[in-house]
Amino acid sequence: MADKKSLGSAESEYHFEHDYSAGLAHVSADKIADPGLEPHRVRMTDKSVKHEKTAARQVAIWFFVSIIGSISAIVAYFAFPITDDLGTVRNNTFFVGVSIALGMLAIGFGAVHWAKTLMPDAEVAEARHQTRGAEDVRARAVEIVNLANQESGFSRRKLIRRSLYGALALFPLPGLVLFKDMTTNADPTETLRHTMWKKGTRLTTDPTGTPIKAADLTIGSVFHVIPEGLNDREDMLEQKAKAAVLLVRLDPEEIKSQKELDWGYDGIVAYSKICTHVGCPVALYEQHTHNLLCPCHQSTFDLANDCAVVFGPATRALPQLQITVDAEGYLVAKGDFAEPVGPSFWERTA
Amino acid sequence: MSTATNTAKKGGFLAGTANYLDERVGVAGILKEFGRKIFPDHWSFMLGEVALYSFLVLLLSGTFLTFFFQPAMTPVIYDGVYGPLKGAEMSIAYKSALDISFEVRGGLLMRELHHWAALLFVASAGLHMMRVFFTGAFRKPREINWVVGFALFVLSMAGGFTGYSLPDDLLSGNGLRIIDGMIKGLPVIGAYVSSMLFGGEFPGNQIVARLYSLHILLIPAFILIFIVIHLFMVVIHKHTHYSGPGRRDDNVVGYPLMPVYVAKAGGFFFLVFGVLMLVAATVTINPIWLYGGYDPSPVSAGTQPDWYIGWADGALRLAPTHLEVTSGNFTWSWNILVPMIVLILLLVLVAFYPFFEAWVTGDKREHHVLDRPRNAPTRTAIGAAGMTFYAVLWAGASTDLIATHFLLSLNNVLTFLQISLIVLPIVAFWITKRVCLSLQRKDREIVLHGRETGRLVRLPHGEYIEIHEPLDEHEMYKLVDFVDYVPTISRPNAKGKITVATRMRAALSRFYFEDRVAPVNALELAEAHSHGHDAHEAVEAAPAAAKAVEATTPAKKTAAKAPTAKKPAAKPAAKSTAKPAAKKPAAPKKPKA
Repeated sequence: MADKKSLGSAESEYHFEHDYSAGLAHVSADKIADPGLEPHRVRMTDKSVKHEKTAARQVAIWFFVSIIGSISAIVAYFAFPITDDLGTVRNNTFFVGVSIALGMLAIGFGAVHWAKTLMPDAEVAEARHQTRGAEDVRARAVEIVNLANQESGFSRRKLIRRSLYGALALFPLPGLVLFKDMTTNADPTETLRHTMWKKGTRLTTDPTGTPIKAADLTIGSVFHVIPEGLNDREDMLEQKAKAAVLLVRLDPEEIKSQKELDWGYDGIVAYSKICTHVGCPVALYEQHTHNLLCPCHQSTFDLANDCAVVFGPATRALPQLQITVDAEGYLVAKGDFAEPVGPSFWERTA
Repeated sequence: MSTATNTAKKGGFLAGTANYLDERVGVAGILKEFGRKIFPDHWSFMLGEVALYSFLVLLLSGTFLTFFFQPAMTPVIYDGVYGPLKGAEMSIAYKSALDISFEVRGGLLMRELHHWAALLFVASAGLHMMRVFFTGAFRKPREINWVVGFALFVLSMAGGFTGYSLPDDLLSGNGLRIIDGMIKGLPVIGAYVSSMLFGGEFPGNQIVARLYSLHILLIPAFILIFIVIHLFMVVIHKHTHYSGPGRRDDNVVGYPLMPVYVAKAGGFFFLVFGVLMLVAATVTINPIWLYGGYDPSPVSAGTQPDWYIGWADGALRLAPTHLEVTSGNFTWSWNILVPMIVLILLLVLVAFYPFFEAWVTGDKREHHVLDRPRNAPTRTAIGAAGMTFYAVLWAGASTDLIATHFLLSLNNVLTFLQISLIVLPIVAFWITKRVCLSLQRKDREIVLHGRETGRLVRLPHGEYIEIHEPLDEHEMYKLVDFVDYVPTISRPNAKGKITVATRMRAALSRFYFEDRVAPVNALELAEAHSHGHDAHEAVEAAPAAAKAVEATTPAKKTAAKAPTAKKPAAKPAAKSTAKPAAKKPAAPKKPKA
């Protein structure tokens, strides 16, 4: 203990065995002297037996409180079972959780209180050694490496060394190839180009799949649309992630794009709901501005102008679905989208 | 041999066990080496501990969750106790997450504990990293440990994101949709990587199981390995300590591991665990039952990712419109690539900062005494600029909420943040650097002339002076114990050429150290004392008069110490900084950020 203290009060000087360059550091020869560690401040528990006993009692009380907490947690587990009533979940979570918390916090308070009041609180100093090995150790290390090199001929035998490098570079490759079957999709760029929509596919409501008549739409009304038959498909979610459509009836006077008018039916237009940025559903429609807003990154599309981007990180307009009505008056697609829907990919325009 | 047995018997069970262990694993040697190892004490050293303990909580609560969670995406019809979702089609993963919440006793508690612990894990790791940065704890020999810590921080975010995506609810599904969109934007490989990850088309029926094995096996294993390396290096280097009297680069000052540090750190583990448990029991987080299972069509407005993903989401939002370009047959999604590059660049800068600063200073010595942030003004300012950059990206993830809460135009909020991303870090850099330099000057002032006491004294001949109370030597040492650096100039190398690297280093050294404040040295201190001496004597000579006119402020504990008086007229701050200027060529100059 005594020798440790003296370390703290010794005059400050960088006296490691190896001398490093100080670089741009300005090492002052006239530094103010290090007075050494501050004198220890005596605590009440150091000088008064009464305080010491009180502190000891407090620590023990904390540990007893912890025992009570842990036991009550077990009791609460059985006393507050979970039934069909959802309120029981809340009670179970609350009482079990708070009791366990008490059991833990009290141990923490007790232990820290013990350390702070009863264990010695005088700071002590200990020597630090340079991370760098001592010169003889370093010399021996170099010697070992050289010996190993000499005995194996690693540097000398070039053929062995280079062929080993080649072997080591190649051996992980089979492992990588094995991951190939993580996808069974031979050409993902091809599947991204097509959706479920075909000539004559009826537009139906999302999620029930009820066909929509043109007459059902009044000006300004919005339908979330899926292709007919989607719900029966095995790959329902994958298809929906591409085929989801937003259907809106606008006043034909307000539509600025002739293509939009032509591809729609009597002011009823259908656009892909999948954002051309990173693919969130563009689900928010603001009626008086005719703006469609993506809630993820706020890309905004002008529905009255062929869904061109007016704001946000997206670049491309939402693709439009050509629609018409069938003999019974139901809205049907005239075919698939003319371009891939959703986020861009490298080969999109290829 | 018989002696050993005897000792063991004499000592009873504990000594017997110790003997047993020592004879098999050499526990005595371990204890001798580490039992009284010294750990410095400071509240800021607990941030890393919080991260470590949160990780332990994650392991424990996560293990519980794996016993009930089923990472399968096969659709099923829900028939559990939660009424609003009865009859809904959902994945098994989502259903089992609901069952954990509503049908397993303590299940909801564990789910929330796990989520809160994850949030705290990333937060405390981040704060710990900032503490290390601002105190210069990353300097030699700890540069590699900084990189290990950096890897841990990135892994903690990866662990968080993969876990967040497991319940397969609407929110996490949309998060994956965004990841899918970002991956597809990668040049050449995008569509293929996405297809590999999702096992075909998005969302597929593979991703939850794949993220699950990453989340419960690979990522925690890596975190564990890196934590072991991280702590192993702490043992090798021994912990840093703050500058102060008796604390030097060649010693370590603090409390011994046994018993003090064991009690404090062990107790602190229970405190962290207890607080997390208390929060989990009382505050709901991620109520997945409100969102419903994943469906690619609906999405709710104002949704937010977990906080640590915010900066990445914000970067996506802040990208200017119409960045995507088509060249020939191929699409460059710069609206996705630019944010990704910015994020990666920021991470790379953080990872390599220690090596960069070491190159500029050229200081090869070992540093175990921490810098007070003010004593490294440029580094502190760089840190503040980086934090500001991160904060603006982070705010970017809430553009819609900021707009709706404060009734602002969404467009204006976005434009404001886009400008802020460039401007605010520069402002933060400048302000921080000025504040640091001012604080350093104030330190000089206090060391040279003592603290102002507010006691005004009138001398017999009518002059007023203010009493300054000198610091005690321990307090003073804390204010003068730092090393300042001087800028260098480009010098030709052996071949007589000035290389580009030399020029750059000289320019950077000016950037770092041109504005600097040197610590007070012994000569300056002696001069300052002799200067105050006249007035000091005057007060001593006329104590009665001084007392009679003592101004309002109550005297503190000045009685024991000899007060040094200083004439108010001789006070200007410029003086204290002007002195070193006369002695060293590059001493403090007029501010120039």
